[in-house]
Amino acid sequence: MGNAFPVYGGKRCFVNSETMIKRSVFSSRTLPYLLILPQIVVTLTFFYWPAVQGLIQSVMRSDPFGQHSTFIWFSNFVTLFTDPLYLKSIGITLFFSMSVATVSISTGLFIATMANRALKAKAVVRTLLIWPYAVAPAISGILWLFLLHPSYGVVALAIKRWFGVDWNPVLRGSDAMFMIIMASAWKQISYNFVFFIAGLQAIPKSLIEAAAIDGASPFRRFWTITVPLLSPTLFFVTVMNIIYSFFETFGVVHMMTQGGPGGATNILVYKVYQDGFIGLNMGGSAAQSIVLMTLIIGVTLFQFKYVEKKVQYAG
Amino acid sequence: MKVRKLLMIIAVAASLVFLAGQVMAEPITINWWHAMKGARGKVADNMIKAFNDSQSDYVVVGTYKGNYDETINAGVAAYRAKKQPHILQAFEVGTQTMMLSGAIKPVYKLMKEAGYNINWKGYLQPVLSYYMNANGDLMSMPFNSSTPVMYYNVDLFKKAGIPMLDKTKPVTWDKLGEITAKLVKSGVVPYGMVTGWQSWTQVENYSAIHNIAFASKANGYEGLDCELLINNPKVVGHIAMLKDWFDDKRFLYGGQKYQGPKAEFIAQNAGVYIDSISGIAKLKKAVKDFKWDVAPMPVESWMKNPQNSIIGGASLWVFKGHDKKDYKGVAAFLKHLAKPEMQIYWHKQTGYFPITLAAYEQLKKEGYYKEQPYQEVGIKELTRRTPTKISRGLRLGYFIQIRNIINEEMELVWNGTKTPQAAMDNAVKRSNKQLREFEKIYK
Repeated sequence: MGNAFPVYGGKRCFVNSETMIKRSVFSSRTLPYLLILPQIVVTLTFFYWPAVQGLIQSVMRSDPFGQHSTFIWFSNFVTLFTDPLYLKSIGITLFFSMSVATVSISTGLFIATMANRALKAKAVVRTLLIWPYAVAPAISGILWLFLLHPSYGVVALAIKRWFGVDWNPVLRGSDAMFMIIMASAWKQISYNFVFFIAGLQAIPKSLIEAAAIDGASPFRRFWTITVPLLSPTLFFVTVMNIIYSFFETFGVVHMMTQGGPGGATNILVYKVYQDGFIGLNMGGSAAQSIVLMTLIIGVTLFQFKYVEKKVQYAG
Repeated sequence: MKVRKLLMIIAVAASLVFLAGQVMAEPITINWWHAMKGARGKVADNMIKAFNDSQSDYVVVGTYKGNYDETINAGVAAYRAKKQPHILQAFEVGTQTMMLSGAIKPVYKLMKEAGYNINWKGYLQPVLSYYMNANGDLMSMPFNSSTPVMYYNVDLFKKAGIPMLDKTKPVTWDKLGEITAKLVKSGVVPYGMVTGWQSWTQVENYSAIHNIAFASKANGYEGLDCELLINNPKVVGHIAMLKDWFDDKRFLYGGQKYQGPKAEFIAQNAGVYIDSISGIAKLKKAVKDFKWDVAPMPVESWMKNPQNSIIGGASLWVFKGHDKKDYKGVAAFLKHLAKPEMQIYWHKQTGYFPITLAAYEQLKKEGYYKEQPYQEVGIKELTRRTPTKISRGLRLGYFIQIRNIINEEMELVWNGTKTPQAAMDNAVKRSNKQLREFEKIYK
């Protein structure tokens, strides 16, 4: 036994002769840090650095070219929260994201349940249903605009002519809101569908069959067996949908309503863009981003703390 | 060893001299970031090519940086990174931001330093005045400029028995009310008129044409502490009139920008369409099944001598921080763009105004406006009177936000949420808040 630990390229292998489990221990102290360095560098430069910049910008009043900057404490935030329109925008955003999440989750779940039971052409049906997820939000917005725009939308013209519906999202806030909810939810349905179908397939058939033999109705079987077993998926999908509706729906709003009419669809992320990118108000929009960031951290923490407790992970 | 070292030194020195010689011979590159794409972009490229071919000291490189918002943001980011181009095209609402940025070299100074003695009187004054400071010095070079006019559907007018409109003398708003009523009542078209860019056409230009102050301090030219004045009885009255028209279908709201309103006009849902003169090219392309014509913007009957309308579009700003030699080239290029042949080419190809009187006169002489009578409607409307302190333009901080506010409040009038007075009062209140915020930055 000249050498108890055979060394392979700096890596020592402990071989436990009883259980035959191989354990690797890296002797180098610097190697692990070197290995995670790229990840840290990427995270720092692309996530933390901009976030810190945003934080700094939010307590400054400055012109776009950065020639005149003054430190003004929390004045930007005070301005925001004393602006009734900003508070209204928060309300709009909450309503919008709840609606998008509800519509896309319930529809996604419904379609997944149906597709799970489909006997013929199962694979084809599933593939077709996944497709819309590949569509970018902005494109989804344009597609829906071609259907619903009061001047040139095919569906809009049809319902106006044949059903006499007074459809006008250019002028009526509720119509515009409905339109962006539809376009945003539509795209997300496929995403939810993918996760739900995977979740449904992991549920053992025997459980459902046993319940059926005991005389449980399909609805009861769904409610008392499928939903609890699906709850981890449901939880995950809810978090993802809320985050999606807060941020990624920007493209939909930008293409369809630009926050109008009369600010009725001006969700927070769009307002940041309008004030910062279009309006070149750097401090104000940075403060808005910070609020948005805090809000989304809050929502996610809330979900993990309270909703997750009700989630059953074990199969 | 010593010999070797000496040889090395000689070699290095020789190559340095050689390199320096090459640098001297190489033309200076001048970067121009613009927002002109498609056909307009090609026209701009041709104008650049003409300049590059005409001399060998400078090479202008034009780069398309996206739409107006994207281009100005590209300029901001580049300036912060000290990688700014020489010339940046920025739209008219960004004028105040650019002017106060401290990042620019005023055009009048640039031209003077380069030794050009330019007769600014030879330019279309309402175009220049939009980009001048309070002392009348030109801050940026106007590039693409347009103004709103009124398009109308000739076929529908004929069907409803309405005589054609004059191309120089504007109709009154009362008369337009009768015309649109006739159009709707005769059943030839569901709605009377539609307007693009409502804040620009119905508030900003309405104010300029009727010589009503849009904001205090000469529309903001004479101080950052200006306040909006658009809740005056005349503007409110105009919006109240449009609301009445809206209620009896004489006016149709098609959206804030131009896409919706244009679609309504093309689909013959409305017989009259107010929008920028630069829409001519688009309408020529898109309208196949009816004849249309152009008339000047309507005027109130009490306004006997209507003022000039104001422009929209963009101008060219020169950034600070480049070499003196570069600025000579920039000045030469700006001078090249203002040449009559360049301006004539630009006007013919894009529909934007020629910015010099020389180009305009030559176009007239050529008989261009006999062939293309549409094109002259805008120029005549723009130049019918010397601009006053009120009609020369608007100089507001956060103007983009203010336009947005006005648009929002107008929408709330159309959908019946607010009265015209309440909406304009609120627009003023909200805009003043923005103006105060902007003012604080530069204190």
